[in-house]
Amino acid sequence: MNTRRLVLFVAMVLLLLVPMAAQARGAAEEPTEEGLEIVTWWTAGGEAEALAALIDIYRERYPDVEVMNSTVAGGGGSQARGVLASRMVGGRPPDTFQVHGGAGIIGTWVVDDFMAPVTHILEDNDWLDVFPEDVIDIISYEGEIYSIPVNIHRSNVMWYNTAVFEDNNLAPPQTLDDFFSVAQELQQLGITPLALAGTDGWEPTHLLESVLLAELGAEAYRGLWDGRTAWDGTQTREALATFIAMLDYINPDQSAITNIDAAEYVAEGEAAMTVMGDWVHGFYLAIGLTPGEDYGWAPTPGTGGNFIMLTDTFGLPIDAPNPGNVERWLTLVASREGQDTFNPIKGSISARTDADRDKYDVYLLSAMDDFARDSIVPSVAHGAAAEVGWMSRINDAVTFLVEDKDIDAAAAELQSLADQYAR
Amino acid sequence: MIRSKRELTKAVVIVSPSIVLVGVFVYGFILWSLRTSVSAWEGIRPDYTFVGLRNYINLFQSTRFQIDLWNTAYFTVFFIALCIVLGFLLAFLINRDVRGEGVFRTIYLFPMALSFIVTGVVWRWMLNPTFGVNILLANLGLPSDWGWYTDPTRIAGFHVALTSLILAASWQFAGYTMAIYLAGLRSIPHDVIESARMDGASEVLIVRKVILPMLRPITLSAVIVLGHISLKIFDLVMAMTGRGPRFATDFPGVFMFETTFTGNRYGEGAAISIVMLLMVALVIIPYLVHTFRKEDQ
Repeated sequence: MNTRRLVLFVAMVLLLLVPMAAQARGAAEEPTEEGLEIVTWWTAGGEAEALAALIDIYRERYPDVEVMNSTVAGGGGSQARGVLASRMVGGRPPDTFQVHGGAGIIGTWVVDDFMAPVTHILEDNDWLDVFPEDVIDIISYEGEIYSIPVNIHRSNVMWYNTAVFEDNNLAPPQTLDDFFSVAQELQQLGITPLALAGTDGWEPTHLLESVLLAELGAEAYRGLWDGRTAWDGTQTREALATFIAMLDYINPDQSAITNIDAAEYVAEGEAAMTVMGDWVHGFYLAIGLTPGEDYGWAPTPGTGGNFIMLTDTFGLPIDAPNPGNVERWLTLVASREGQDTFNPIKGSISARTDADRDKYDVYLLSAMDDFARDSIVPSVAHGAAAEVGWMSRINDAVTFLVEDKDIDAAAAELQSLADQYAR
Repeated sequence: MIRSKRELTKAVVIVSPSIVLVGVFVYGFILWSLRTSVSAWEGIRPDYTFVGLRNYINLFQSTRFQIDLWNTAYFTVFFIALCIVLGFLLAFLINRDVRGEGVFRTIYLFPMALSFIVTGVVWRWMLNPTFGVNILLANLGLPSDWGWYTDPTRIAGFHVALTSLILAASWQFAGYTMAIYLAGLRSIPHDVIESARMDGASEVLIVRKVILPMLRPITLSAVIVLGHISLKIFDLVMAMTGRGPRFATDFPGVFMFETTFTGNRYGEGAAISIVMLLMVALVIIPYLVHTFRKEDQ
């Protein structure tokens, strides 16, 4: 009796296990056949919608492919990068992932042989000419392109409250000298001239990159990242001095606020200006402000004619399980339709020069015009100019600079970092 | 205790899975971190080229890490002191048969049920210099220009901004110390206190000479528990203040996270975590040795 029961039990367990095992095998194999896993850190309203719209087109074109949208929330991408690092090193990379174009992908992934070149995608479609040369430069390494830019954001934008300027008969500053005279007047009126954030550590660097560009010009600014321009040279030190002088005009709670808080100070008229990337435009639209009426924009004082860019790109990991699907994805990303679907929703401009202007709003059109005309240089605060190791240490040095205001110490530290990292 | 060989085998079989798991996932990874901390690993691809103590030397030379160590020391001392004083006071008051004791006990203990993230976000708003508690102080006619966690001033290496974190952390853990002190107070035999009272000792004297000495083991475990929390503090800081002005509210945990996962500098990150482990070990190991010795007796 007892033995029979045992046999029966074992038989039942086996019966249960067989289909489960079969299912598990099926589940493990399915994505390697026809999936596409995309890892991003786009969680907020506009950006998540923009990605969804792009994925919708992909699904329409390739209905058999099961697209998996893996979003990793948090930390401006630092959480996503952590997850990504363990998957890439562990040999189980996603099919493609969002990564900052420039040093963000080259220094982290390309140099260490994790990525396959994707030059042929642009070549085969004759698209090498529709992307500006400066952009191609930034995404290339040793003659090959390693990622496809899906958008362009601008870093050197000064956002200002139109009412504050009009009510006080002031004009938005165009040069650094303008800035200081306007700032002085605003301060006397009891308005914080410049809103600056700091909680996440990179915001002061974001302002500094504009000031560096204003003082050095585009060519010398580029030289900071490949060792041609000295960080402790006269011009760079002047830029550091200007940066420090600007700090006399910022909000006292700088270290406690985020870049969106700073933008809000400007929206409410508590502060007159803030220097931040053009995602601020998306934020202003979201809180119901009218571009041109409630708020205005201009290149950061002294940087007119120059465009500090950052770009989100997608690449092809060498071990990607579905390289064919990735190539089709990258082709869609690079296409005019793909760019013009994604960017108006995300609040950024197309990386191509042939965008359909009807789809973009007044700010984006002005950014587009500048992008076509200006010298384009990479942003450091957002991983385009310097690899993350360098970037994080620049952020630390700038955090000290903001409080200590010690130019000698900062210049020496920044130069020693450049000695270590610039190439 | 173990009587036969058979029982020994049984015991080994029963505990071996957990020994293996702890061995691999705790001690194995500690050793791995140790190895990483003396390696040149920077970037994603692991690189175990031996570089000796270079990462440690760089670390102790960096101003940021020196600030972190001072912050940890000051934070630990003030956080523990505040929790113990407040916890004891609350426990002492509640222990005097107040009406609604259960309600008060629950209220004081409640913050402990929150995560540091929630505490951090709430206190971040409350102590915001522009729209936080300063407005309340201004309405009351009190000085209201406090910078709280944005204040960059230092007094003898102590960052004033730390007080905000100390307040928030103590708010969360004073209830915990209250609870264990309350348990301790309840376990003091009544006749001991009664006889002291009969001998004519004042209440203050009873507290100082009878109650406090009998609570010493409680205080010790409170210090150990709070100490290891404060030495590893990370989530509260991330949610509440970030690195702060000139790293005024920076801690080794935050530095470790940024170095490793934002900067991809794994070697240096591992060195920071090993230093943190040593700091905690300095607190825990003497305690463990002390406890085991007592058990042996």
